[in-house]
Amino acid sequence: MTLLQVQNLSVTYPAPTGAVQAVRDVSLKVARGEVLGIVGESGCGKSTLAAALINLLAPGARVTQGAIRLNGTDILTLPKPAQRALRGRSMAMVFQDPMTAFNPVLTIGSQLADFAGAHDPSRAAPALLSAMLARVGIPDPKACLNRYPHELSGGMRQRVAIAAALLMQPDVLIADEPTTALDVTMEAQIIHLLRDLRTTFDGAIVIVTHHLGVIAELCDRVAVMYAGEVVEDGPADAIFHAPQHPYTRALLACDPAVVEPSTGRLPTIGGRIPDLANLPPGCAFLPRCALALPECRTPVPRHRPAPDRSVLCHRGTA
Amino acid sequence: MSFVADPAQPLRRGIGRALLRDPMGLAGLVLVATFLAMAVFAPWVAPYDPIALNVKEKFLTPSALHWAGTDHLGRDLLSRIIWGARLALGISMTSVGIAGALGLMLGLVAGYGPRWLDSLLVLVFDSMSSLPMIFFALAVITVLGPGTATLILVIVLVSFPSYARLIRTQTLTLAGADYILAEKAMGAGAGRIIFIHLLPNVVGPLVILICMDIPVVIMLEAGLSYLNLGVKPPSPSWGNILAEGYNSLRQAPHVVIVAGIPLVLATLGFTFLGEGLRDVLDPRGAGRRWG
Amino acid sequence: MLAYAIRRLGLSLLILIVVMTAMYAMVFLVPGDPASLALGPRATSELKEALRERMGLDQPVLTQIALFFGDVLQGDLGTDVWSKRPVLDQILQVFPNTLILGTVALGWALVMGILLGCAAVVWRDTVIDRLLAVLSVSVISVPSFVVAIYALIIFAVWLNWLPAIGAGEAGDLPSQARALILPAFAVGIGWVGYLARLIRASMLEVMEAPHIRTARAFGMRERDIVFRHTLRVAIVPTISVLAVGFGSILSSAVFVESVFSRPGIGTLITAAVEKRNYPVVMGTVLFMTAFYLMIVTAADLLIARLDPRVRDVLRG
Repeated sequence: MTLLQVQNLSVTYPAPTGAVQAVRDVSLKVARGEVLGIVGESGCGKSTLAAALINLLAPGARVTQGAIRLNGTDILTLPKPAQRALRGRSMAMVFQDPMTAFNPVLTIGSQLADFAGAHDPSRAAPALLSAMLARVGIPDPKACLNRYPHELSGGMRQRVAIAAALLMQPDVLIADEPTTALDVTMEAQIIHLLRDLRTTFDGAIVIVTHHLGVIAELCDRVAVMYAGEVVEDGPADAIFHAPQHPYTRALLACDPAVVEPSTGRLPTIGGRIPDLANLPPGCAFLPRCALALPECRTPVPRHRPAPDRSVLCHRGTA
Repeated sequence: MSFVADPAQPLRRGIGRALLRDPMGLAGLVLVATFLAMAVFAPWVAPYDPIALNVKEKFLTPSALHWAGTDHLGRDLLSRIIWGARLALGISMTSVGIAGALGLMLGLVAGYGPRWLDSLLVLVFDSMSSLPMIFFALAVITVLGPGTATLILVIVLVSFPSYARLIRTQTLTLAGADYILAEKAMGAGAGRIIFIHLLPNVVGPLVILICMDIPVVIMLEAGLSYLNLGVKPPSPSWGNILAEGYNSLRQAPHVVIVAGIPLVLATLGFTFLGEGLRDVLDPRGAGRRWG
Repeated sequence: MLAYAIRRLGLSLLILIVVMTAMYAMVFLVPGDPASLALGPRATSELKEALRERMGLDQPVLTQIALFFGDVLQGDLGTDVWSKRPVLDQILQVFPNTLILGTVALGWALVMGILLGCAAVVWRDTVIDRLLAVLSVSVISVPSFVVAIYALIIFAVWLNWLPAIGAGEAGDLPSQARALILPAFAVGIGWVGYLARLIRASMLEVMEAPHIRTARAFGMRERDIVFRHTLRVAIVPTISVLAVGFGSILSSAVFVESVFSRPGIGTLITAAVEKRNYPVVMGTVLFMTAFYLMIVTAADLLIARLDPRVRDVLRG
């Protein structure tokens, strides 16, 4: 049952060179109990999308079309106080950089109490807070409540961030690059934690990342983004084993463990992402695509090879 | 203040040009240049002898003959002001220069030398900055008696701790830099490291600080002279002119008004110049217009 | 926290000792001897001899210093050369005037500074912001006693709205308040600019910080965010600056008191300097140093209470 639905969402930023279309006509669905991964390289618009979901776009950014429906209601049309009431309660976010995510002069406990107390003061009780900290694997949670952020390691802080997000038992948990700022050991711990949460958390989880490994470990469904669009989406298994879009294929081929036998080099995708202020009418991936056709200069249709799959490509299903 | 100099970016040649593009820095530059010119060319620029008495012509308001009027002893105020510029800039630049050199030396030693010496020096610096400087100045003046030499000594003593502290912080930061460690590993002596590597990189922020300090020093000199504790009359220190004007405030207000103007303009000029310099030399740190 | 407090107090005490020693030792720099300086130019040689013996100038220097410290600890800062009154009494008599002047000046500078700083934040990157920027810098650099003199001319002489001299009648609050207006204005004006800049920079920096974004992401109300999260961080550098600034305010007060002939520490010490009345000068310097150190230490302790990162820094 669909919990969160994004319909034809477009977001633009004004810029000196022209309006930057960071998100273009994106549609997504996440069901209760499902984990959706949004993957793409830097600059593909995934972080903007995440910010839009929680309604915290940077000043100046505008939603030019589309809707974001939580349980059927379009949150973009709600008045500001109602939007604020949703944040942290129905939709919660875990940010990328745990080193700066917390206020340095307040204790962990008082910040968590502030976050919970913004919606429901009764949930700010220390007992509930330390129970949540214990749930994310923090040793000695009661002591942790009295600590300051700088006294915890990055991995610990990210756990606290996840705990904070779960405080109000949200319907949707959004994690924006949750492991990017962590080293490999901490990353493994967080992935482990998120995997455990999958069994106990009954809402929907959206993970935004550029790290394919994280997607493979955690996600049920994957949406691949390029230049502001979802170029392919479907079940994780299908995407990984039978990618349809040329970009997805190229992305999967860029595995650092694979070294091309002929050149002895790591595989890359040649070229660069297009200028989001000056996009071509046709396919944005065209300059870098090895399977380009002449009609790729014209607007691209979205094929649906299966009810839960879509591909944005002239080649349809290859 | 985030003034850590980046060793990869030595002072750029384009400073002059960059400064000219910034209206505040430009205004500062113009004012400072004017006063410098006044100071250097005083004997040729001043229309009258600044200490020549002419009591019959006392308290003349500004006119074509005397652009700024005359004071209670008939002396031409404009000439006094021009020569006052020479005094103000001469004293402030001398003392700030000495203080800068002293601070530079002590800061380098504190930052690069043995820990015990550093702790000792820091204690001295902190002690000296824990007095509001005017009180320390007054104590020294009481002991040594007022006069120009005492004034310079006092200014040096009051200013050098902050310079030394800045240099020390810079030195400490740079001394841990990789390229310094590399030099040490290659056997470079302390002297070489200090003079060739550390010195050029810590000097930049010091120059800015000195420039920002000059208006403070000018104020201090003027203030002390105003209290008759600085430069001795009849020397035309701006402070002296102000004091004399204050005494005859009711009869001839123009003296005080006229005497205050160069002080205001000089301090404004140096401050604008300092701000402009800081924006140019340290764009990343204090690049925001307000700093 | 306690360990930090002890360390900080210890450091202040050490500094005070260094300053006291320096003050005492300065007397020996003078050609002639301390007894002459203490007694002043009017003393006869018998008086000087007697004082030399009493001051223990024939004893080893360390003993002298120890005696001096002993005196100070008992509250004896020496005796005025001219009036023979204890120095401490004189100081305590005029100190409240200066303290009031400094506090009011700092107070109005803080209020105006916060207002202008916030205004600059609200209208940032507009003409108003640029104008305020230039004004702030200008106001910082103008000498306070020049401002005092001009203010005196305009408001006291020409317009005759406010008194030009003195601190008002004892016990008559309105007259004291009126006498406070111009001096406080002159002393505080430089700080308005400085504080406005500081507040603006501080608040902008904090408002763009990631942790504020986190707070918003959790649906906290904007005003809760500003007062609980932003202000607590932004206020820390301000406190530090204010404490150090109090010293500069006191310095300005010395000059401004002279301009308005207002009784206070400033007039006390300048009169003493003119007459080479070293005991008064030294006593005043020590008193002001101790007072200033007290304020700075209190501010540091307050900051450590508010910002836990500071406590750890000192350890390293």
